[in-house]
Amino acid sequence: MKSIGMVSVAAAALAAGFSGSAKAEDLTLCWAAWDPANALVELSKEFEAKSGHTMKFEFVPWPNFADRMLNELNSGGQLCDLMIGDSQWIGGSAENGHYVKLNDFFDAEGIKMDDFIDATVVGYSEWPKNTPNYWALPAFGDVVGWTYRKDWFERPELQAEFKEKYGRDLAAPKTFAELKDIAEFFQNREIDGKTVYGASIYTERGSEGITMGAMDVLYSFGFKYENPDKPYDMDGYVNSPGAVAGLEYYKALYDCCTPPGSSNGYMSEGIDAFKSGQVALQMNFAFTWPGFESDANVGGGKTGYFANPAGPDGDQFAQLGGQGISVVSYSSKQDAALEYIKWFAQPEVQAKWWEMGGFSCLKAVTLDPSFPASQPYAQTFLDSMAIVKDFWAEPSYATLLQDTQRRFHDYVVAGNGTAQEALDGLVSDWTETFEDDGKL
Amino acid sequence: MSGYSITEPTLAQKWIAGVLVVGYALLTILPLIWIIATGFKSPSDAIAYPPKVVFEPTLEGYVNLFTTRTRMSPEALEEIGPPETWYDRIVRQYDMVISGPSRYGERFLNSVVIGFGSTFLSVFLGTLAAYAFSRFKVPLKDDLMFFILSTRMMPPIAVAIPIFLMFRQLGLSDTHLGMILLYTAVNLSLSVWLLKGFIDEIPVEYEEAALIDGYTRFQAFYKVVLPQATTGIASTAIFCLIFAWNEYAFAVLLTSGTAQTAPPFIPTIIGVGKDWPAVAAGATLFLVPVMVFTILLRKHLLRGITFGAVRK
Amino acid sequence: MSDETSSRTPAVARPGLARRMGSLSDRALAWVFIGPTIFLLLAINIFPLIWTIRLSLTNYRANRTNADLQWVGLRNYERILTDSDIWNSMQATAHFLIWTLVLQVLIGFALAYLINKKFKGNDLWTTIIVLPMMLSPAVVGNFWTFLYQPQIGLFNYVIAFLSGTDPSSFSMIGDVNLAPWAIVIVDTWMWTPFVMLICLAGLRSIPDSIYEAAECDRASSWRQFWTITIPMALPFLMLAILFRGIENFKMFDLVVQLTGGGPGNVTELTSINLKREAFEKWRTGFASAYAVILFVTVFGLASIYVKALNKVKQR
Repeated sequence: MKSIGMVSVAAAALAAGFSGSAKAEDLTLCWAAWDPANALVELSKEFEAKSGHTMKFEFVPWPNFADRMLNELNSGGQLCDLMIGDSQWIGGSAENGHYVKLNDFFDAEGIKMDDFIDATVVGYSEWPKNTPNYWALPAFGDVVGWTYRKDWFERPELQAEFKEKYGRDLAAPKTFAELKDIAEFFQNREIDGKTVYGASIYTERGSEGITMGAMDVLYSFGFKYENPDKPYDMDGYVNSPGAVAGLEYYKALYDCCTPPGSSNGYMSEGIDAFKSGQVALQMNFAFTWPGFESDANVGGGKTGYFANPAGPDGDQFAQLGGQGISVVSYSSKQDAALEYIKWFAQPEVQAKWWEMGGFSCLKAVTLDPSFPASQPYAQTFLDSMAIVKDFWAEPSYATLLQDTQRRFHDYVVAGNGTAQEALDGLVSDWTETFEDDGKL
Repeated sequence: MSGYSITEPTLAQKWIAGVLVVGYALLTILPLIWIIATGFKSPSDAIAYPPKVVFEPTLEGYVNLFTTRTRMSPEALEEIGPPETWYDRIVRQYDMVISGPSRYGERFLNSVVIGFGSTFLSVFLGTLAAYAFSRFKVPLKDDLMFFILSTRMMPPIAVAIPIFLMFRQLGLSDTHLGMILLYTAVNLSLSVWLLKGFIDEIPVEYEEAALIDGYTRFQAFYKVVLPQATTGIASTAIFCLIFAWNEYAFAVLLTSGTAQTAPPFIPTIIGVGKDWPAVAAGATLFLVPVMVFTILLRKHLLRGITFGAVRK
Repeated sequence: MSDETSSRTPAVARPGLARRMGSLSDRALAWVFIGPTIFLLLAINIFPLIWTIRLSLTNYRANRTNADLQWVGLRNYERILTDSDIWNSMQATAHFLIWTLVLQVLIGFALAYLINKKFKGNDLWTTIIVLPMMLSPAVVGNFWTFLYQPQIGLFNYVIAFLSGTDPSSFSMIGDVNLAPWAIVIVDTWMWTPFVMLICLAGLRSIPDSIYEAAECDRASSWRQFWTITIPMALPFLMLAILFRGIENFKMFDLVVQLTGGGPGNVTELTSINLKREAFEKWRTGFASAYAVILFVTVFGLASIYVKALNKVKQR
């Protein structure tokens, strides 16, 4: 009996081997070091159990993430088999052959891009944009939104004072003008014996912080990357009067209503400021939200969420974040890596992913009738994902981004020049880059 | 040394000088003490206002430095049962459990491997070259020595561009071997100049006597000069080691997952949610060996930092 | 010391490597000894330098290996020299360089002068003062961002305590006016001991007899300081300036960790700027030209300076 049992086990293993890749591999997945990554480690245990492959992870903190990983890709490194790379890398990674094209694989496995939220497919998977060429599977939906201290907003004495001062109720703002009123209202206010401040916004200089924050505001003020009818024609769009007003607004918000020493803050500084009860409003990516719900200080219903408010003309957009998962072309374990993506795309896995704090992009998960009520922030996430725009995803994105970082930081934080000069300068920087690329 | 000297400072002068220097020394050591102290604070004590001078020491920073942790729901925690070890207990205060080791150990080990590997190579090659420059007629000797020194003037970022391309071609990117070779090349200028100074000081007569006794030139080098140069070689080695240990620019550009050393890694410990005690703990473990070396080296310090241009 | 020494017949038999080495002439042995060093330096310094010069004449981008390589002549150089951002970086570097040198020379010399008074325990305190400069600039620079935090940072707190201002009223690395000084302060903290050590060597090299002679001439101690101490220590001081000058011209690790070049680009020193061009924007050709310009600058300035130093030494 025993020997027969052994034979059947061996046969089963053989069959499993043939259906998947030939042998058990050590797969390395590269991503940013943040809460969702820890959740993915937990989630992946199921894959390890089912496939026999083992998963290793290389997580790099956000400020160094792009630097380290792009360096890795550009040096043809074999560290990562799977890469959850930022949305803006897709152009460069596709054109320079860092990622494996996934169209054939999707067709063979019956994975349909129509099943994923449209904005995430365009944002995370397609290059060139709006063409059916897929280089990644949408893995983590993310968007810039806002959190506020609901418990403070609900205090009767603050409500009364606010109403008297501004003639309306103290509630989540509908427009950016309202947002600034609220931030000013809370700035330097004494709450429970502590001085608090208005808002935490992105100002980081080194990687992409201030660009993500300022663009998040600029879109709703009328900023456009290019002439919709003439690609790469930027003069009058990037530096339109609306865009100038938007950048001036961002500086005004930075000057009036942020905590002292906020000159170089991004996601983690925002989390710290909000959790420690320093600020009433906080701009941050949606990925931070599950962490607030479970926090001792701001969890348990003390935190409210709202999508990016509207600009002066009623336009309402938000900065896209998030990533797709790709197979690195330098990897020698591409089959096993594809197996992982196949497993990850399954609706049951995606549902579990959302439960664990991963923002799934699968419509089957987000359009489920129970979704909006599943978490306090679920509806805000859906509203925000409906209005997203993203930064350039061109192969030269890093150059374009670095120029933006410098122009914005120089104006908003360092206070040099005017908003008009900053955006005019940006047009000329970007034009130069596109000329170098032969696109102009 | 007995008797009265006019140049000897008066007692009052000594006192004033002593007080000023000690005052400066205390001020300058304060940030270092602060690093070490912060490593033993709890995260909330570390960011307390005003800064806490007296605090209850904890090993939380060190536990966080060496582990990765995940947050668990109360029900899940119940299931696991009570914490078993002292470090489990520290982590459990925050509803977290240890999920595995962090990367710090690996990075520290990389620093050790790359530091010692490159030190050995650069001292080995440097001793040979220094002996030749010191004892033999080498054509264009001064030019060669200056060439060796001038390799140190180039900004590391400037050299990094072609090195990055070269390593990519040769498959040396992010490997220990690549970093060892690179640091060896950078340290050679220091080791050749320093060791030449040390070997110059060994009287030629010893070797000449040995040669007359029938030793070959190589034997004379090996059996007579090397033992005499031990102190010089040892202190050169420590200087090379300190350089390789502290180096950041090449490490941050040329290494990532496998061969990354500690200096580019330590600033990233901070991650999401500023964990200053863990950063301070990582920095302390990394800085203390160098502090010890500095104290051991104090007699040769001047020579080492000036490439032998100034001798005490 | 001449070739004839090697022609002596050895009396002892030697095994293995030593035998082969032993039979080499001095000349050959010299090359065997120097060869590996020269080879490694050629491979890791000179070859890359030549490659850099070649790349600087192209539009090459290291992140687009399959794009066409075009020769652009001196266009990269022209663009750099007319780029206002790069001139800003040069200015930031000059500010950093000049002020760190001034402060380090003044404080370093003063400390050396005081330590040379040979008070009890001066050895111990010298070693303590020297500690900061032996440590990793990146690790230490990173920690200084913590010391500089408004409100909770030790630096802000100490300054606030001494001046009576509010520790959250200023942000050393967030303020455009303060940030250039924030990096000067940390560099001075770290490297003043270096200048101090060299000055101390200079002061100790002055023979007592010179002071004794001056004392006999009834020269005041003020006069002795200016006519003996300073001129005799000057070559050492100049050497210290040379070493610190070259190092701070290359400055990268400490400042990149402290400010990352911000706010805006007020502390974006040339090395940081170059790193952005080369490894963030991946404009390899352009960055290579930039690297060549920096190297020529530091090499040129250092050569002129060394000539001046030699003149001072000869006096």
